[in-house]
Amino acid sequence: MSKQILILKDKCKGCNLCVKACSFGAISVVEKIAVIDAAKCSYCGACEPACKFKAIEIKVDDIDRSSFSAYKGLWVYGENRDGVLAEVVYELVGEGRKLADKLKVELSVVIIGDKTQNLADDLFSYGVDNVYYIENKLLKDYDTNSYTKILEEAIEAHKPEIVLFGATSEGRSVAPRLAARVKTGLTADCTALDITADGDLAQTRPAFGGNIMATILCRTRPQLSTVRPHVMQKAAKLAKKGKKIELKSTIVEKDVVTKVLEFIKETRENVNLTESDIIIGAGRGVGSEENLKLIHQLAEKLGGVVGASRACVDAGWIDHFHQVGQTGKTVHPKIYIACGISGAIQHLAGMSSSDIIIAINKDADAPIFNVADLGIVGDVFTIIPALLKSL
Amino acid sequence: MNIVVCIKQVPDTNDVKIDPQTNTLIRSGVPSIINPFDENAIEEGLRIKEKLGGTVTVVSMGPPQVESCLRDALSLGVDDVILVTDRAFAGADTLATSYTLGKTIEKYVSNCDLIIFGKQAIDGDTAQVGPGVAEYLGIPQMIYVTKVEEITPEKIVVKRELEEGYEIVESKLPAAITVLKGINTVRFPSLKGKMKAKSATIKIVTAKDIEADENRIGLKGSPTWVSKIFTPPVKGNRQIIKDEDGSGVKAIISKLKELQVI
Ligand SMILES: Cc1cc2nc3c(=O)[nH]c(=O)nc-3n(C[C@H](O)[C@H](O)[C@H](O)COP(=O)(O)OP(=O)(O)OC[C@H]3O[C@@H](n4cnc5c(N)ncnc54)[C@H](O)[C@@H]3O)c2cc1C
Ligand SMILES: Nc1ncnc2c1ncn2[C@@H]1O[C@H](COP(=O)(O)O)[C@@H](O)[C@H]1O
Repeated sequence: MSKQILILKDKCKGCNLCVKACSFGAISVVEKIAVIDAAKCSYCGACEPACKFKAIEIKVDDIDRSSFSAYKGLWVYGENRDGVLAEVVYELVGEGRKLADKLKVELSVVIIGDKTQNLADDLFSYGVDNVYYIENKLLKDYDTNSYTKILEEAIEAHKPEIVLFGATSEGRSVAPRLAARVKTGLTADCTALDITADGDLAQTRPAFGGNIMATILCRTRPQLSTVRPHVMQKAAKLAKKGKKIELKSTIVEKDVVTKVLEFIKETRENVNLTESDIIIGAGRGVGSEENLKLIHQLAEKLGGVVGASRACVDAGWIDHFHQVGQTGKTVHPKIYIACGISGAIQHLAGMSSSDIIIAINKDADAPIFNVADLGIVGDVFTIIPALLKSL
Repeated sequence: MNIVVCIKQVPDTNDVKIDPQTNTLIRSGVPSIINPFDENAIEEGLRIKEKLGGTVTVVSMGPPQVESCLRDALSLGVDDVILVTDRAFAGADTLATSYTLGKTIEKYVSNCDLIIFGKQAIDGDTAQVGPGVAEYLGIPQMIYVTKVEEITPEKIVVKRELEEGYEIVESKLPAAITVLKGINTVRFPSLKGKMKAKSATIKIVTAKDIEADENRIGLKGSPTWVSKIFTPPVKGNRQIIKDEDGSGVKAIISKLKELQVI
């Protein structure tokens, strides 16, 4: 596709309105004329309506849709370990069903592994039309190359128009590899999906640490997305029958290029943040490693786990494993209780999509209060001990 | 051991502020930095080189200003840097970027054993370029690496992070890995390194140099495109209270009850 952005020099007044509208810092005014830095411009179109003088024109060539009709149906990648599907698969099935209904196409799940056959019936009861599966002992552990090869062959044979993956460690490994192999687009970590009037998949995701949202379209098929776990609603149970289809594959032992030597499951104390419903976030305001015990106690009482700001990790009070934010983990619990966290943009990037945010901070102007559902302006050292007492 | 580290220049989000009136990002005057995860990628490359010998080459695609990041990399002690820059690369998504970096490595780094990427670039957070380059070069990839357990000229064993724990994975070399922040602590540049970086000439590579297919680079080679940008709707129903005589605790308790946690 080609997109072009033009500044009509006779209309431009150099007023700077477009400069302010651009989130990418791509426009500057040089000698009273707006100039666009092509290297920074993402062609998002935010500047066009911002110009009062109609001096900005964006031209989008129509997408060549001639090859699209060969692709039909929506697939969900059935991530699984030891014959158990990942939670996110049920969320993708829930969302996938809605999208497939809008497109009036079938919903399928693709399962790769060494214990896959028995998973189909369960999926049918969640409204899945088809289950494509391959069962082979070579596929016991996730291996990017062999898994990609199977998906590539399956796509070649059955031509889905959309494939959704969980934005998990596995999904974010296999999806970009597959996208590069079949030379199509992939949108990472989506938080909302929809179908446009043209029948394209509109993929919305946070950018710049969640301060802006971007809706991304893809001009090739299949359209691939990874979807943030815990955002989409889990599928509802339906009594339904579906079709089981075994995938033919040419994979042999030498296609498996990485070997998993060991799997180390995290223990309860260190339990993975990304799966937890309740997270108690500790920030610099907690003051010391010693004081952090209060936060651990609160987490234990509420059945949650401890997350931390980078300031807290950098101070050495807690391991990096617990860090939430742009350079830590992205979490989406039902409840996030931020204790002594200022709410810097990099921290918000990791937790602002939590369902409910409760914040405790001494400083009434702390930015964390901008995202909090319940904000308490107060001292963590009076509030947390009192809270522990009354629980 | 010939190691390539791919780094990206990103705006320092620490200095990105929101304009309260328009709700857009104020980015003018925001300095650029090396993507934080990529600093750890460079560090890991240097550590492996110190153990096994060889070279570390840093590759970055972007506008000419990226040069400053490459000089920073040189000051840390990397052997060579390549700036991949051309107007024709503008507007590249992760697929086009992966192709461009893959082509560059193929052409300019002979016998590459290991390619190290950051987990993700903090401007886009996609984490897709590492696997994309690995695919172009047809080598194994392991993402979210928190520790290199073992590395020899033939193979690498890494610990990588999963949702429910860790995995120890082995692969033959050449291979590609993407690294998390916790993998190491990055060093400071030495005085000698800084001097060297100042005077070094930076190798510049264009679309023609890598014999790029013009349909696979820049905007033209990018299947995904941004159709709309908007600010997220603000949450309604926000309640901010000042803690007085235990009112804070009371509010939290009633919220937790309402949410059926207690
Ligand atoms: C490239 C980059 C990446 C980054 N990535 C991350 C990341 O992934 N995650 C992350 O968290 N940060 C990250 N940061 C750092 C981020 O910018 C902030 O510095 C950090 O989040 C601040 O942590 P904090 O809120 O705990 O500390 P502070 O900003 O120091 O805030 C402490 C807060 O505690 C309050 N307080 C103090 N005492 C009390 C008390 N007794 N009771 C109640 N409140 C109290 C204060 O009012 C203050 O608001 C990153 C920065 C950069 C540049
Ligand atoms: N333009 C680029 N030049 C060099 N390396 C890049 C570039 N873009 C991304 N990378 C590398 O790929 C990693 C993941 O980036 P991303 O897929 O954009 O999140 C980064 O941490 C870098 O190591």
